[in-house]
Amino acid sequence: MATLTPAPAVLTDTTPAKHPGGPARPRTVRVWRGVVLLIAALYFLVPMATAFVFTVNIPNVGFTLDAYTRIFTVEGFVSSLSLSLGLAAATIVLVLLLLLPAMLAVRLAAPRLKPVLEVLCTLPMVVPPISFTAGISSLLPWAQDVLAPTPFYQTIITIQDQRFPLILVLAYVVLALPFAYRSLDSALTAIDVRTLVEAARNCGASWPRVMLSVIVPNIRSGLAGASFLTLALVLGEYTVARLLGYVPFPVWIVMISGSQAQVSVAVSVFSLLLTWALLLAVSSAGVRKRSAS
Amino acid sequence: MTGASTGGRSAGTGRGLLARVRSAGWLAALPLLVFYAVVFGGPAVMIVIGAFTVDGRPSLDNMERSLQGGYLTALLGSVRLSAVVAIAGAVLGTLLAQAVVTSRSRWLRESVLTASGVLANFGGVPLAFLWIATLGNAGVVTTTFGLDRFGWSLYNFWGLALVYLYFSVPLMVLVMTPALDGLRPQWREAALNCGATPWQFWRHVGIPVLAPSLLGGVVLLFGGAFAAYATAAAMVGATVPLVTLMIGDALSGQVLVGHQNVALALSLDMILVAGLVMAVYLPMQRRSARWLR
Repeated sequence: MATLTPAPAVLTDTTPAKHPGGPARPRTVRVWRGVVLLIAALYFLVPMATAFVFTVNIPNVGFTLDAYTRIFTVEGFVSSLSLSLGLAAATIVLVLLLLLPAMLAVRLAAPRLKPVLEVLCTLPMVVPPISFTAGISSLLPWAQDVLAPTPFYQTIITIQDQRFPLILVLAYVVLALPFAYRSLDSALTAIDVRTLVEAARNCGASWPRVMLSVIVPNIRSGLAGASFLTLALVLGEYTVARLLGYVPFPVWIVMISGSQAQVSVAVSVFSLLLTWALLLAVSSAGVRKRSAS
Repeated sequence: MTGASTGGRSAGTGRGLLARVRSAGWLAALPLLVFYAVVFGGPAVMIVIGAFTVDGRPSLDNMERSLQGGYLTALLGSVRLSAVVAIAGAVLGTLLAQAVVTSRSRWLRESVLTASGVLANFGGVPLAFLWIATLGNAGVVTTTFGLDRFGWSLYNFWGLALVYLYFSVPLMVLVMTPALDGLRPQWREAALNCGATPWQFWRHVGIPVLAPSLLGGVVLLFGGAFAAYATAAAMVGATVPLVTLMIGDALSGQVLVGHQNVALALSLDMILVAGLVMAVYLPMQRRSARWLR
């Protein structure tokens, strides 16, 4: 009996112990496992199913897809969604433009800065978004007062423009930093940045060319992951936008929920599917990276 | 790198390149550092200054007030809700993870883990509407089974806890699955072969190995529930006293004049709690990583 898996010896002897996670245990274990899985399936699937039923089954009317077609005609749908998408695009660009040079710098030139960068990119997780928002909303009036006599006054007004509030982009960049950092960090760790850069530079490539033709193609999956996570974050962000008084997509959903309950649930179902698609895209990008390396 | 280095003679070769990069390369990190100092540091400083200022003079009044009366109730309400969600989520998530890990079905494992990845990131407004459509006043399950006759309501403390588990349990599954995988069957067999009872195996091997992941998971779930605002705001409004809802009300101007800085004091309270939580989580994560190679 003194053998270990994967040798064929079995310690408890009802069924062969081939599967990971321990030798086979009696039937009670299997029953228990079935119960756990059943309860979990009920808890997670019922809300999805009933939410769908709620949107297509109107009392006294019956089955209709009206709620889904109505989404597009409700006041504010196009403007709020396009605002969210615009904010997301700007946030992704800014995150990558700020983070990528900094991360390359700590690898190539200033290794001592690396722990600093790591801490800075983790700290936003410690501060709840609502506290961050409270800080911003007390900083803005103060900055407005202080900057009023200077040429920067226009800047502080511009970033609060209702049509495209750059202040939200700035805040979202901070919220996205931890996710983007981790995604890029694992991609950069997988390649030998130093050798690649030195080889390219020795062959006479300029810095922009090194970035675009050497670094970027090699960390494509990391860039995709960082972008998708940021996109998902911005499309779902409610706290900062609502409390600073802007109306991107998630704030709009809450605004219409009073008068258009069905539509707001339909949009929620839609956003679950969207999150699903985005995260599947991230994980498949990760798979490609692993199989390529 | 071969010996192509000939001092600092020409740009682009060997040590010359490295030296040049080293001297100026950290400048690439400068934009991020400046951005961070202004956009994250600015609000953070404002929170601290505001929390300790009354009528332009330094004072502890705001902090004192934030720990009294309704504010204290809200803070404790948040802590209680987060603790309930963290503990229930940890137990249920661990059970589900164990069921998946011991199951022989590869399909089951893959689908549960993928779904967990999506649901752990699914929160905010859409989550609230999913549950309102299911168990809210006009929800499908509520009306089908006439739950309102039994005094059922989703819009209270336990309703919120039920909803928060929707993203907390999947998060716990993601935390615990690698830990449970790391619990090699060989260890169990070795222990049993040496004459240990199953209880002794769990007491001396299983639980000590799992403990960092378990505790780390609890802390992570606590932090997630503690910082959540959008779901609660869209679901219960202000009927459940929570610190995030209090801050939200204060920022929307629904509060007595002169209490603005109490919102900043509450934000500081939140950051301190969240910071404590992360201070426990990060070392835990490092410790558990040792076993999960």
